[in-house]
Amino acid sequence: MKNGILVIAEQLKGNIADITFEMLGIGRKLADTLGIPLFAAVIGNNVNQLGKELSIADKVFVIDDTKLEMADPYVTADIIKVLYEQKEASLILIGGTNLSSGVGAILSRKMGLKYINFCKGLSIEGNSITATSQLFGGKIYSEIKLDEPAAIISIYPGSFQQAEGKSTKPANIEVMDLQISEGKCKFNKYIEPEAGDIDITKEKILVSVGRGIENSDNIGMAEELIEILGGAVCASRPVIDQGWMGLSRQVGKSGMTVKPKLYLALGISGAPEHTEGMKDSELIISINKDPAAPIFNISHYGVCADLQDIVPALIDEVKSRK
Amino acid sequence: MNIIVFLRMVPDVVEELKISANGKALDEDWLRFKLSESDEHSLEQAIIMKERYGGRVTVAGLESPELDDSLYYSLAKGADNAVRIAGEWNEYRSPAIAEVFAGFLKSKGLINSDTVILSGSQAIDDLEGEMIFYLSDILDVPCQSVITAVNYESAQNSVKVMKEFAGGLRGEYELMLPTVIGIQAAENPPRYIPIAKIRNIMKTSVIEEFDFPDDNLTKGIVVEKLMEPESSGMAEMLEGSPEAVCSKIVDILHEHGLI
Repeated sequence: MKNGILVIAEQLKGNIADITFEMLGIGRKLADTLGIPLFAAVIGNNVNQLGKELSIADKVFVIDDTKLEMADPYVTADIIKVLYEQKEASLILIGGTNLSSGVGAILSRKMGLKYINFCKGLSIEGNSITATSQLFGGKIYSEIKLDEPAAIISIYPGSFQQAEGKSTKPANIEVMDLQISEGKCKFNKYIEPEAGDIDITKEKILVSVGRGIENSDNIGMAEELIEILGGAVCASRPVIDQGWMGLSRQVGKSGMTVKPKLYLALGISGAPEHTEGMKDSELIISINKDPAAPIFNISHYGVCADLQDIVPALIDEVKSRK
Repeated sequence: MNIIVFLRMVPDVVEELKISANGKALDEDWLRFKLSESDEHSLEQAIIMKERYGGRVTVAGLESPELDDSLYYSLAKGADNAVRIAGEWNEYRSPAIAEVFAGFLKSKGLINSDTVILSGSQAIDDLEGEMIFYLSDILDVPCQSVITAVNYESAQNSVKVMKEFAGGLRGEYELMLPTVIGIQAAENPPRYIPIAKIRNIMKTSVIEEFDFPDDNLTKGIVVEKLMEPESSGMAEMLEGSPEAVCSKIVDILHEHGLI
């Protein structure tokens, strides 16, 4: 019988991504409960030195090849398929990130395995695993029961503790020399972030605007507030996509991860793609007129009101008491 | 260039979402559907490409509430042809939806050496992952996702696309045509289309209907139950007049030494 949990480590330019340790942490728990081994695989170019960081796994497979620099998801899926079959794994954990996009769906088609996306929780009862996924921007959760631990599960970043996926013990590494398939698309080059006027990851106070700001003129309110507070204005994806602010101001999955002392969220619903980039801020205050906005679940303080009523009053209050 | 855009309608999450009595689906009586955000960007990208390289844009979507509005909106934007794929599709997820779209493309003979298929990178209800990769695998064509720019290279008959990684880092990939591209955001924000133009299109244009049998489509994973997320109760809600609320916020900022 196949057994073993296979975590596909994620790395970007030689650095193991946080999601990897989240997956290793929950993978370790599941493997120990089920009494099966935990495997990890790091796949890429110049990744030989990264295997030692994954030592919480019982075995770490390293597949290092120049052809694997930001590889086509079809190529990555082919490698995972070989590992899964050779090492007799049963459950595959991959990151729910831009880097791993497509790998789960391709594997599901190639291997006939169930694929569960957006997973935020995993629990075990007997031999069955229950996966909890978020849907509809985090407004609804779904539960799926797997009668046996055989599936591909995409883990949503920020769902599990990273610390539980780290270990100081030496890693048991196997460097594998696998045939690398020809990809269907070619990686040409990296495009570095455009230098912005300001580095929002270094600011202590951020006033962040979301779709609720409604139009570009209203961003002036946030700018007036930040002039008094000190810091910078940033935004969630819809505001950036409208062209109202530059890419360097984007917080979230594709943008920056920030941890300021104050994150004041104006008209931001709290879609998981955004909260991934700001949930660790020291103090989060959110203003949103939707009482069910998921942003309130990760905020320290919330105000359920129209930001256009609150922000001008807040500017006056800060001015009068500063 | 033969540009195909697949549109999907998703529940508008600005509205309240209610779970049906059986606990396994959303209560459709309460739902308002809207065009999936990344599909709207796919449509915009298609129009940008048509303007830049010439060709024809076909938009298609699975029959669902408010789909026709999105199809007319697409025609008003500059799409040449709009297709409603008739049927009851609300129980199907991305693997089956990809099978329907692939069936449509094959039936219509739309996969050629000049075909670029665009759709959103991911929808908010893609519980079984990205439709575009299921589609590309069925069609055996290249695919990339989380794309924010597409440029055609006529000499190679390929497209160079820009993919978002993380932390603002992006990368360029090259894919030979025909190909499937998952759009995250168009190169420009979706353009504004006046209501009058859409109304005029509704009077003068016809949406094509395409029938596709739903026999033998992949059955999705079985959802045990849907639930509203448990509120962590983390946020302390501040209540009162705007002035009272703002006074409390400033108190908090003082307590934290922020002003």
